[in-house]
Amino acid sequence: MSVLPMKRVIIVGMKSDRKQILEFLQRRGVLEVRTPKPGKALIQEDDPVFQQIDMSSAKITFDKNVNVAKQALDVLNQAVPDPNAPSMFSGRKAISLTDYETKVKKRDTIMELVYQINSLAKRDAEIKAEIPRVESQLETLQPWLTYELPLEFEGTKYTRVFIGTFPNEVPMEDIYSGIESNAKDITGVDVSIISSSPEQTCVQIVALKKDAAKVEEALRHMSFARPPISGKAPGEQAKDLSNRLDALNKKSAEINENIKLLTDKREDVKFIIDYFKMRSDKYEVLSDLYQSPKTFIITGFAPERETASLAELLESRFDCIVEIKEPKPTTKTPVALTNNGFAAPVEGVVESYSIPGKGEFDPSLPVACFYYILFGLMLSDAAYGIIIVIACAIILSKCKNMEPGTRNTMKMFLFCGIGTTFWGFMFGSFFGDVVNVFASTFLGRSDIALPPIWFEPIDAPIKMLAFSFLIGLIHLFTGLGIKFYTLVKHGQILDAIYDVVFWYFLVGGSVFFLLTMPMITEMLGLSWILPAPVANVALVFMVIGAVGIILTGGRESKNWFKRILKGLYSFYGITSYLSDVLSYSRLLALGLATSVISTVFNKMGSMVASGVGGGIIGFLLFLIIFVIGHALNLAINALGAYVHTNRLQYVEFFGKFFDGGGKAFEPFKENTTYYKVSE
Amino acid sequence: MENLGLFFALLGAALSALVAGAGSAVGVGRAGQAAAGLVTDDPSQFSRALILQLLPGTQGIYGLLIAFITLTQIGIMGGSSDISLAKGLLYLAACLPMAIVGYVSASYQSKCSVASIGLIAKRPDQFGRAMIFPAMVETYAILALLVSILSIFGIANVNI
Repeated sequence: MSVLPMKRVIIVGMKSDRKQILEFLQRRGVLEVRTPKPGKALIQEDDPVFQQIDMSSAKITFDKNVNVAKQALDVLNQAVPDPNAPSMFSGRKAISLTDYETKVKKRDTIMELVYQINSLAKRDAEIKAEIPRVESQLETLQPWLTYELPLEFEGTKYTRVFIGTFPNEVPMEDIYSGIESNAKDITGVDVSIISSSPEQTCVQIVALKKDAAKVEEALRHMSFARPPISGKAPGEQAKDLSNRLDALNKKSAEINENIKLLTDKREDVKFIIDYFKMRSDKYEVLSDLYQSPKTFIITGFAPERETASLAELLESRFDCIVEIKEPKPTTKTPVALTNNGFAAPVEGVVESYSIPGKGEFDPSLPVACFYYILFGLMLSDAAYGIIIVIACAIILSKCKNMEPGTRNTMKMFLFCGIGTTFWGFMFGSFFGDVVNVFASTFLGRSDIALPPIWFEPIDAPIKMLAFSFLIGLIHLFTGLGIKFYTLVKHGQILDAIYDVVFWYFLVGGSVFFLLTMPMITEMLGLSWILPAPVANVALVFMVIGAVGIILTGGRESKNWFKRILKGLYSFYGITSYLSDVLSYSRLLALGLATSVISTVFNKMGSMVASGVGGGIIGFLLFLIIFVIGHALNLAINALGAYVHTNRLQYVEFFGKFFDGGGKAFEPFKENTTYYKVSE
Repeated sequence: MENLGLFFALLGAALSALVAGAGSAVGVGRAGQAAAGLVTDDPSQFSRALILQLLPGTQGIYGLLIAFITLTQIGIMGGSSDISLAKGLLYLAACLPMAIVGYVSASYQSKCSVASIGLIAKRPDQFGRAMIFPAMVETYAILALLVSILSIFGIANVNI
């Protein structure tokens, strides 16, 4: 339940061991490399011995290899979908160091394979681009297919042949009359229509050579156009083109077959992606290190509990010196959280708000306690809770290899499911009121129902509202309590009194005071009322709190006038407490939403079932509506519960004490996608 | 004219399902377009985009909830449906917060969702925070839901 203490680690090693040491560190993944700026700590400015060496060109090569291999993997995945595609739950495959080293030896062969796959894919893409070109050529040939001469045919010894098209569909007579009217004194022409469609008419016109010029002129007036194709006779061309098309398709199929044959090398390609990613990361670190001709220095931070074994392993394996130091109080050390199995699952929730700053309290444990309770209250159905618990438990036990982040999320929902089950039984909700609906519809026993252990919110919404506010107050006061703890721990006892205790007095006093007023207790439907003397005591606390806040709320100002004004403004913050507490009414609203919508589906099911007269068919219809309806309700309300639990934690709870702003611990590790190498 | 009370009560129930539902339809539709755009670019973000798309969908469900409670209270789903005119109007009034706030909040929440989808498109690691912005808008739908629920349960005990 805390922030891991960090130590500063300095490793000085021989350059000949550089590669092994870095790879070792990468596999351990416990050291965040942070090289201090020159002039600070170890290295002087313009140090004559220790220099940084720019490795970015090597890094660029590795990054390029990663991208090329990724491309090849995409090609393979498109040819045959990956049966072992990484999913949310599968996690990375573990590989032993010896296996890793054997595979590394094959890296050149694998890269050749990668280039081979990519060139196949490139060839295939070229073919795929050519196919439509050939197809469109075939299409332009279509109207001319019946014509047996080449389309450039000019004529014989005495005749001239015009081959071409008229726009639109033109009947034979119109062509004759058109030529005659435009070229009056010609001997005659012979028109034959090769094909016609609404868009164009393809024709051959034969005229005597001596009339050729006139006919051509006439044709020009009629928007005659030469065909767009030249070369062999259309029929032959079409044959050539379809042969080409067949060849292309065959070639493409062949290439795809070849690619498919290569899919059994998929794991190698994945490996090479990870391998070059790791090398690229390593070279990034390498560029950062200070090196002399024979030695190098690595500096960084590691969690205290890891440092001893790290130093021991390093010193026993390599000729190097490892120094572990306490970081300077001013250093902004990276922050990693550590918690027990109950609170660790919500670390992700905390981190996605903010990493705790240096010296700040890790709120995971209180967040976890409230998270499971609030989620449970909002979903509040025992059956839904049991479903969530079972689903998470199955996933957790089946997928042993899950990444820690996903595993934590699953555990979080497991605990949330337990919370949901608990509150579901408290409020007597099991798939809504299905026990009662089922008994009365199919067994004719409307007296059977699942009794709530405590009460049913739908019968007493105001009671539930009051309970929600109570939970809210506890949540908010816990937040304030954490602020008190942090301030006291840092020795700011007066601040703790001014900023926390006065607020406890004011808000707590107000609550007790309200509970002595008959109007409020009646409104909340409480059967008890605090006796009148309590009101006086509460009033005293309220006044102490209020006066204290007004006097100290603006204590950073020296000017008393300003100070009181600022204090009054702080006092105005009481309204934010009101809205914070009211915000917890969502516990009632979302809880009711789950149970009422369940009831709606149960009722629909029972209405349909009694509509067909019960029996087996009625039961089956009921079952269908029941399953679909409750699946929908569970999904949408679990989403609502998740989102609003986060909101209550982030806005209401964290708002009371949590500043965050720390820098997450990012160790130098195997930042891979498919494999993880273990010692 | 005797049953005008029942008519107004039913009008309230219908309005709450209708107007809030329409708001959610608008909202989920709008957010869905942004989500589809994001998934074109990065299919791995599907589940996150889906969650953000669904956020404006809850108002429609709250509307249904109010409609359903009203229907059971006024006897449409069985029981006595003898509602005086005044009571009918009270039910109508009780349904209005959910109807109107439901519509407006769903619409604006979806704009937040669209913006948040844009946020996770650029910074997928910020999902936790991206989710909170639309959730802030939802608070007002929940407050309206609460007022509507409390009113409807309260009306049953009012003697007019």
